[in-house]
Amino acid sequence: MRAESPGPQHEWLDDDAGPVVRPYTLTGGRVRSAGDGFDLVAYVLAEPGADPAVHPELHPEHRRLVELAARPVPVAELAADLDLAVGVVRVLLGDLLARGLVAVHQPTAAAYLPDDDILKAVVSGLRAL
Amino acid sequence: MDSVRYDRPGSGSRIPLALKILVAGGFGAGKTTLVSALSEVRPLQTEEVLTGAGIGTDDLSGVEAKSTTTVAMDFGRITINDDLQVYLFGTPGQDRFWFLWDELAFGALGAVVLADTRRLADCFPSIDYFEQRGVPFVVGVNCFDDARRFSLETVRQALDLDPDVPLVLCDARDRQSGKEVLIALVEHVARQRGEPVPAA
Repeated sequence: MRAESPGPQHEWLDDDAGPVVRPYTLTGGRVRSAGDGFDLVAYVLAEPGADPAVHPELHPEHRRLVELAARPVPVAELAADLDLAVGVVRVLLGDLLARGLVAVHQPTAAAYLPDDDILKAVVSGLRAL
Repeated sequence: MDSVRYDRPGSGSRIPLALKILVAGGFGAGKTTLVSALSEVRPLQTEEVLTGAGIGTDDLSGVEAKSTTTVAMDFGRITINDDLQVYLFGTPGQDRFWFLWDELAFGALGAVVLADTRRLADCFPSIDYFEQRGVPFVVGVNCFDDARRFSLETVRQALDLDPDVPLVLCDARDRQSGKEVLIALVEHVARQRGEPVPAA
């Protein structure tokens, strides 16, 4: 029996598992927010002059999101960059949106139903890779 | 999704167009491999990696070399130009994560279903899913080293594929091969719109 094993063995935890965290601690337990509808490929862009420092209630992760969004970044990439679950990032983005620190650009109809010119651009872009 | 748009015109940077392509298939069919081969960045992962935990719940026969499986999805990016990016999302390989599929499939351009001829039936649920939702898809037969070779026609019959659905052989580890699968998909999407993409 390993001395460092706290509590009962969990079948999902083995030597390869990372640290056990409670992802929604960061959101104060909130799992629903204004950010719920944000698509995985919705682009987030910090508002010009956004200064999270004037909101002392925000976490370092909020500030990091604003920094990363200095250029347009999709929600899924923000989650990967912060190593946080998408659900957590959506809650944090909802907080930022409510404070006017970021804009979230949901995919447009062109992304859902791209026209022939876009499809042609994708094919030639892929061929050029 | 117009009801949740927060676009503010004139807020500076141009927002690129992001197209979503899903990579589906059974457990161990090569989804993560294909996304890795095609992505210009190291494949990104959103939720947790399930390690060892799948043993007992996943059927590992024939996929012994695979020691981890992703709980959520990994994804990759291909930049076509400044205004256009393609995001590839690997779908969760286990039935208990179906709930994530609807979100992934929403607004997707189309899907690649990877088939492993050693376990062909594993891709049936993916094919059913995309057929039912009208998401255009192609089937890529991933050529594993130790898999028996079947003719494409045999595989097409076994999968009971609609004659319009492209079926291509591929090597998920190979970028060029993966590109051809994506091109087959985009051309298929274009054909469905009735406007074929020129070959050149």
